[in-house]
Formats: sequence, structure tokens, C-alpha cells
Amino acid sequence: MGQCRVIIVGAGPAGVRCAEVLVAAGIRPILVDEGRRDGGQIYRRQPEGFNRSYPTLYGTEAERARSLHQTFESLRGSIDYRPETLAWNIFDRQLYTVSARVSKALPFDALVVCSGATDRLMPVKGWHRAGTYSLGAAQIALKSQACAIGRRVVFAGTGPLLYLVAAQYVKAGAHVEAILDTSSLWKRVRALPKLAARPRVLVNGLSLMRTLRGAGVRIVTGIEPVEIHGSPEDGVSGITYRGRDGSTHQLACDAVALGYHVRPETQLADLARCEFRFDAETRQWLPAVDQDGRSTVPGVYLAGDGARVLGADGAEIAGKLAAWALLQDLGRPVPEAERDALRRERGVMDRFRQGLVEAFPWPAEQAARLPDEAIVCRCEAITAGELRRVVNQMGACEANRAKAFSRVGMGRCQGRYCGHAGAEVIAHAAGVPVEQVGRLRGQAPVKPLSIAVREEVE
Amino acid sequence: MNARKADVIIVGGGIMGAATAFFLRKRGMSVILLERGLIGQQASGVNFGNVRRMGRPIEQLPLANRSRETWLKFKELFGDDVELLLNGHLRVGFTPAHEERMAKYAQDAKDFGLDMQMMGAKALRERFPYLGPEITAGCYAPHDGHANPRLAAPIIGRAAVREGAQVFENTEIVSVEKDGEDFRMTAADDRTFRAPVALITAGAWGDRISAKFGEPVPMIAKGPQMCVTEPVPYAIGPTIGAIADVFEQVVFFRQVARGNIVIGGGGHEPVDLENRRAYVNPHRTLYKLKNAPRVVPAFNHLNIIRVWSGIEGYMEDSSPAMGPSARVPGLYYAFGFSGEGFQLGPGVGDVMAELIHTGATTTPIEQYHIGRFAKQAMQAA
Ligand SMILES: Cc1cc2nc3c(=O)[nH]c(=O)nc-3n(C[C@H](O)[C@H](O)[C@H](O)COP(=O)(O)OP(=O)(O)OC[C@H]3O[C@@H](n4cnc5c(N)ncnc54)[C@H](O)[C@@H]3O)c2cc1C
Ligand SMILES: Cc1cc2nc3c(=O)[nH]c(=O)nc-3n(C[C@H](O)[C@H](O)[C@H](O)COP(=O)(O)OP(=O)(O)OC[C@H]3O[C@@H](n4cnc5c(N)ncnc54)[C@H](O)[C@@H]3O)c2cc1C
Repeated sequence: MGQCRVIIVGAGPAGVRCAEVLVAAGIRPILVDEGRRDGGQIYRRQPEGFNRSYPTLYGTEAERARSLHQTFESLRGSIDYRPETLAWNIFDRQLYTVSARVSKALPFDALVVCSGATDRLMPVKGWHRAGTYSLGAAQIALKSQACAIGRRVVFAGTGPLLYLVAAQYVKAGAHVEAILDTSSLWKRVRALPKLAARPRVLVNGLSLMRTLRGAGVRIVTGIEPVEIHGSPEDGVSGITYRGRDGSTHQLACDAVALGYHVRPETQLADLARCEFRFDAETRQWLPAVDQDGRSTVPGVYLAGDGARVLGADGAEIAGKLAAWALLQDLGRPVPEAERDALRRERGVMDRFRQGLVEAFPWPAEQAARLPDEAIVCRCEAITAGELRRVVNQMGACEANRAKAFSRVGMGRCQGRYCGHAGAEVIAHAAGVPVEQVGRLRGQAPVKPLSIAVREEVE
Repeated sequence: MNARKADVIIVGGGIMGAATAFFLRKRGMSVILLERGLIGQQASGVNFGNVRRMGRPIEQLPLANRSRETWLKFKELFGDDVELLLNGHLRVGFTPAHEERMAKYAQDAKDFGLDMQMMGAKALRERFPYLGPEITAGCYAPHDGHANPRLAAPIIGRAAVREGAQVFENTEIVSVEKDGEDFRMTAADDRTFRAPVALITAGAWGDRISAKFGEPVPMIAKGPQMCVTEPVPYAIGPTIGAIADVFEQVVFFRQVARGNIVIGGGGHEPVDLENRRAYVNPHRTLYKLKNAPRVVPAFNHLNIIRVWSGIEGYMEDSSPAMGPSARVPGLYYAFGFSGEGFQLGPGVGDVMAELIHTGATTTPIEQYHIGRFAKQAMQAA
């Protein structure tokens, strides 16, 4: 059985814990990650030569970060680790990777996709201006490069990351002009019973709020962003939002970090031909998985935030569960008691996840109010008005059809950042449920692929 | 349920079906157009977009020319812009044999208005300085061009509706019978449609229906392989196709108005007709990416952002089944365009409407009669 060819995509919490279990079972997996170092999103490592401490970099999660990095170091000799390697396609039970412009086809018996999540974004008029970042990008600038995205930064959107990244900016000494949350305090209060499923995380969250208030950061809830102001030359100069009472306010700033929680990166699951189901709670299509991460395609497993957004701890559990599922499918023994305990723990996390979804909901209704001149697809510079035109005048009520007519989702990001909002705009204009709008079909490459790439046989 | 009735029922709403519906309405006949998915969602909506005459068989040029007339009046006729760019078509070759092939074609086709010009290496490089050093000869057809396939058939379909055609999308026809004087079509959800005349424009699925009427054809469905780069400043001009001795080495490309370069080639891949999925084999993509910079070395500085394919019916003799049935009065076919039907689409619609309305065509299409396959089969037997 040592011959079983297993590939893991993603060296974040899910991928590393998955590798750990497989190595313990005597398998030597290939682990590919497009990043320069292991750690994934949350436990992202700083570049060599930078020397901020664990507490500085990871705050309350310093110990978990250290533990994950140590596990990874201990596995180095037992896995085939390939950093700076993008998994760009899956075909005929081979994973196609590219590194330094060399593409390789890696045959696999089992594939575990731990691709993580990226920001979920709702457009606002002016968000294409230089100086508007996603929350994730704002955090990466800080974690990786020790840079802030501006001198006076407004954080807008909703979700736990909104507060987390703002607090990290405050701690790093950056000036946070304000936090503008589209969700209301009331929603958070109502979600408390579910959020209480993970007391430690809840307490961390509350202490984040104290840090922010202590630093005098203005926090406004129940808002709706109206416009990000600025010019092509100088980028962002301010933001206008509507308060709960309908009044409009303007703030001066030179950068905006925008995000509405995160969404799984599902292109590899799509390329592996996994089935997707509509998730009514979060209003998005997600690959179908069983409780341990089996997809609908035999031998293809999905773990971590790339399958369901459970956060870093949940990703570690999901990585292990997927590894055990894989071993079980190979007819190998699995530690059932330990697995059942982790399944239960995962169940608790799922309750917390639901709490987050309710406390920080995706503001679907904003799509309906987006002015016609607001850009929806930034890659192709397509406005909400143009998207509505293809719905109303050309009858395009389905996502791929609307894309074919309008180019929304046809650019570099292939709809990863505009797809969800685009679907909401279409659904509203067509007067149909967003589920009926469907989802953009994924195609290779997962990210842009250089024409100078050459194929190499291993 | 009462059957819906019309003078003509068309099965298959690709560019062929949509255009025929439009032109039949122009001739005053009532039309029902039935499409399993959405208009122009299959080959007609995902093809490379070449509106090229150069390289087509000489006997196809009258039909291609008739189609060209329609392309030139596209907006006027169908009411919307299809991003038609008439920047010419350039064919390039790497060897003296390629040059000879191009020169012979230019000679054979000289009476058909393509105005082809042979170009040597030096002239080519002066006019198209981005071409690679291996290219030794070219042939330029200044009046050919390309258009946006995602828009074309849907625009024609909407125009047909405006003209009074009844278009039913999401209507899969599961049985086609001749029942007395009328054809009766039944959809998957049991709706029925009747007409004394039926036209089958079901693309790669057309052979299934012709076979039911006792007219099987030697056709296989395959998926040509496409990819597209990120947008870059406009620089290429004509659509360019490179000749190769090995089919898989053929590459062709065009730059769309937005700036992206669409690159086709690398051979064909099997398709899933049942689930209507056409896949892109990464080996073919990589092989194409290796060959494309031989034509334009600067391609090596670009990235591709998406690949795709589509389902196309290829006849054994690379020619469509187009014209009346050899067996069933009132039945007509126009399918199996073998990788070259996008340019022909508007012309095929015009000709099929003429044929159905008047019983004859002013453009010769006898060579595409479906009866040729039965004759071949008899001779072989
Ligand atoms: C911007 C952002 C900030 C976050 N901050 C926090 C936080 O502070 N606290 C918290 O608890 N949670 C945070 N989260 C959530 C947390 O990151 C995740 O829960 C956790 O990282 C999930 O682990 P994972 O292993 O599933 O994925 P990740 O940690 O995201 O790891 C995925 C890995 O897969 C790699 N990868 C993906 N696709 C490919 C491909 N095609 N080819 C090669 N490699 C690929 C990526 O490079 C990455 O290293 C954040 C999420 C995001 C998106
Ligand atoms: C990737 C690709 C690249 C190409 N490049 C070019 C090019 O550059 N230039 C060029 O001239 N040609 C090109 N072609 C060929 C061209 O696209 C086709 O020849 C042309 O579009 C065929 O049109 P059609 O209407 O016959 O077929 P289609 O567009 O396939 O339409 C047939 C329709 O019939 C429907 N249908 C089938 N069965 C049923 C049923 N039982 N009930 C109801 N509906 C049914 C289908 O859903 C489909 O919509 C290319 C093709 C492909 C796939």
C-alpha cells in the first residue's frame, strides 16, 4: 500500500494536518502549495530575513501557529513538498502543476484539496480605485511584508475578519479611521447562543472589540457603503456610507479594506468534476462533501476552508478527517474513537460557523441597490447597469449566459471575486432566486498560466 | 395538450436554426424553433469566431460568399452589433510545400473575390513585424475577419422572435415522427409541435434524428480546443492561421476588440454528447502553447486565463448534410458543418429558407445532399 499516490494541495492548517496523519500511516504524500512557505493563510510565514516574533505575528494564535509550523518541519523529510507550485488543472486523474514555468502531470490515486478561502466581496461604487483592497490583501501586506495599505484606513464590510484585521493594524501602529459594518449589533446579539459554542473564540472576539474601542477606533454598524471617492491619479480619498437611520456620512481616508467574510476556493473541486450544491444559508454553490470531506468523485477529498469555512481550528480537524477517510477508503484502519471525537468537535464548530453567518450576513440586498454606474467586474470593467441590460434586454437570467453576453467574470480572476455579487445582481434584475442563476463554470487554468510554460515528464 | 402548429418546425437553435427561422419569417412563413438549452449555447456560441472564407473548399465559396453578404449587413438585418472585425485573414507557412499549397489555393479561388495576396518572408515581416523567424511565406485575404460567437446566434434568435418566430428554449425534442401530412415533434415534457415541414439543425446531434428517418450519416462529434490570453494592447490585426504537417501542430489566433487573444489548435478531444460537455485536455493546451510562439515569439510574454471547448459534428468527408431528405418529403437537414459552420451560418439560414419557400436555391448546395452517404454505402456494399 506504500505505493498509493496521494497528493495534497495546500500547506495550510488543513493540508499540514492531513499530511501528518498520512505520514503516520506510512504514506509519503506530495504536498504542493503556490506559496513560498508553508502555513497557509492564517499561519502565513514571513519571508526569510524578517524576524517578528510569533506573538507579534499571530497574537492569540501564536501557539497554534508554532505547533503547525513545527509539525510541518518534522514532516519535511517524509513528504514530497513542492513550494511555489501552482496546481493549475486536473484531468484524467492527474494533477497538473506549474513551477518556474515547468508544467508536470502528477498521477494520483487520491487527491486532497485544501485550497483555503479568499475574500467574499460585494461591489460598491468606486471600489475599482487604487487604494481599495480586500481585507485579505490588507492582512497579507501586514503579515508578509509588514506594510499597511494606507495612512488612514477605513475597514468596511462585515465578518470577523473585519475586526481582526483592523485590530492587527491598530497593534502594528497604523491609523484606522473607522470600521463600517453592514451588519447590526442586534444580529450579533441574536447569534450569541450559536457563537457561544466556542467560548474561547467568542472571548477573543470580544477582547478584539475592547482593543479597538480602547484605541478609540470609531465603529459604526448597520451601515451601507455608498461610494468610495477618489481619482485615477491619486486613488482613494474617502468613503460615503448610509447610516442605519438613512443619513449619509463621508469620511476622508487614503485606503479602504473591504470584505464580507470569506468564500471557499473551489476551482480545483470543479475541475475534478465534483458536484456542487446550493447552500441557502450563505447563498452560494459549494462542492458537496460528506462529514469527513469525501467529494462526489471517488478518491477526491476536500478539506478546510476550501470546502466549508470553519476557520483555522476547524481546518486542522477537517484535514485529519479527510486523511482518515482516505485511509479508510484504502481499507486501512483508522482510530475510530479519536475520529468520532473530532467529528463531534467539528459539529460544534459548525454551530459556531452558523452563528457567524447569522451575525455577519452576506448583504445580498445591496446588489439590488447598486447604482448602474458601479463596476461589478473589475477585471473587465463591467458595470451593474450593463449586467442588468443583458438580463432585461437579452434575457440572460443564468450566470454563464450573462457572462457570455456581458463579460462579467471573463477576466483574470475568472469570476472568483465578482461571481457572487454578479449572481445577486442578475437574480434581482431577473426576479428569480439566486439559486436559479446558477454558478460560473470553472475552467483551467486555476490562475493565469504563462504561454512560455513547458511540459516536463517526471 | 394541443399541439402548437406552424408552417415549419426547426429542431436545434444554433446559428443554423436561428438564421433559418429569421429568413423564413422574412419570407412570410410561420416558424417554430425548438432548442434544448438556450439559443446559441452549443457550437455556435463557443467557437473560435473565424469569419473566414480562405481555405474553404472551392465548391463551398459561393455559399460562403452568400453568407458574407449577410455578415456585412449583420447589424442592419438583426438589429445588434456582433463585434465583426474585418481585418483580413492571414495564413502562414514554414516550408516551400506550405507556400506551394497557399499559392495553389490562391490561384484556384481567384474568381471568388477573396483578393488573396501571396507574401514572402520579407513582405510579411514588414507588414506583420511580430511574426517569428521560422515563417517563410504567407497568403493574405484582406476581406475576411472574425466576430463574437457568444453574441451572434442569440442576436439572430432575438431578431427572429421580433419577426414573429415562436422560439421555445429549454425544449428537448425526444421524438420526431411523420404522422400523415404533418411532422409531430414531442418534447421531453410531452409538449407537442406540428408542421408539414421540418428542418433538422441539431448540430452534432443531427445524425440521431436523420438516422430515425433511415438516413444515417458518418459523423463524429469532437471538441476543438480553445484558450484565451489576458487583454493586451491591440496589435495583431488579421486572424492568423499557421499551416502544419501534423494536425495537432496547427495553431490559429485572433485578437478581439477588448484585446484578448483567442488561440485555437492543438487537435480535437472526444466529447460527452449525452451530458453535453466538451473537455479540454491539458496536454493539448500545453502542446498548443509550445507551438504558438513559433508564429509569434512575443506570445511567450503573455498568460492564458481560460481554456474551453465545444461540441461539433465532423462528417467523414468534412461537408455538411444540407438540403432536402432523400427519403421523406417535407424533411430538410442542415447539420454537420465539420468545424466551419460559424462563417456559413447566416448564409445557410438564407439558403435553407429559400429552399423551403421556393423549392430551389440560387446558390449551389447539391454536393451536400444527404443522399450521397446512402449512395456511397451502396457502392461499398
Ligand atoms: C484573508 C484571510 C484572513 C484570515 N485570517 C484569519 C485569522 O486571522 N484568524 C482565523 O482564525 N482565521 C482566519 N482566516 C481563516 C483562516 O485563514 C482559515 O480558516 C484557515 O487558514 C484555513 O486553513 P486551510 O488549510 O483550509 O486553508 P489556507 O490556510 O488558506 O491554506 C490554503 C493553501 O492552499 C494553497 N493553495 C490554494 N490553491 C492552490 C493551488 N491551486 N495550487 C497550489 N496551492 C494552492 C494556498 O497557497 C494556501 O497556502 C482568514 C482567512 C482569510 C481568507
Ligand atoms: C470550439 C469550436 C471552434 C470552432 N471554430 C469555428 C470557426 O472559427 N469558424 C467557423 O466557421 N466554425 C467554427 N466552428 C464550427 C461552428 O461553430 C459550427 O459549425 C456551427 O456553430 C454549427 O452550428 P449549428 O447551428 O449547426 O450547431 P449548434 O450550434 O451546435 O446548434 C445545434 C443546436 O441543436 C440543439 N439540439 C440538438 N438536439 C436537439 C434536440 N433533440 N432537441 C432540441 N434541440 C436540440 C443543441 O442544443 C444546439 O443548440 C467551431 C466549433 C467549435 C466547437
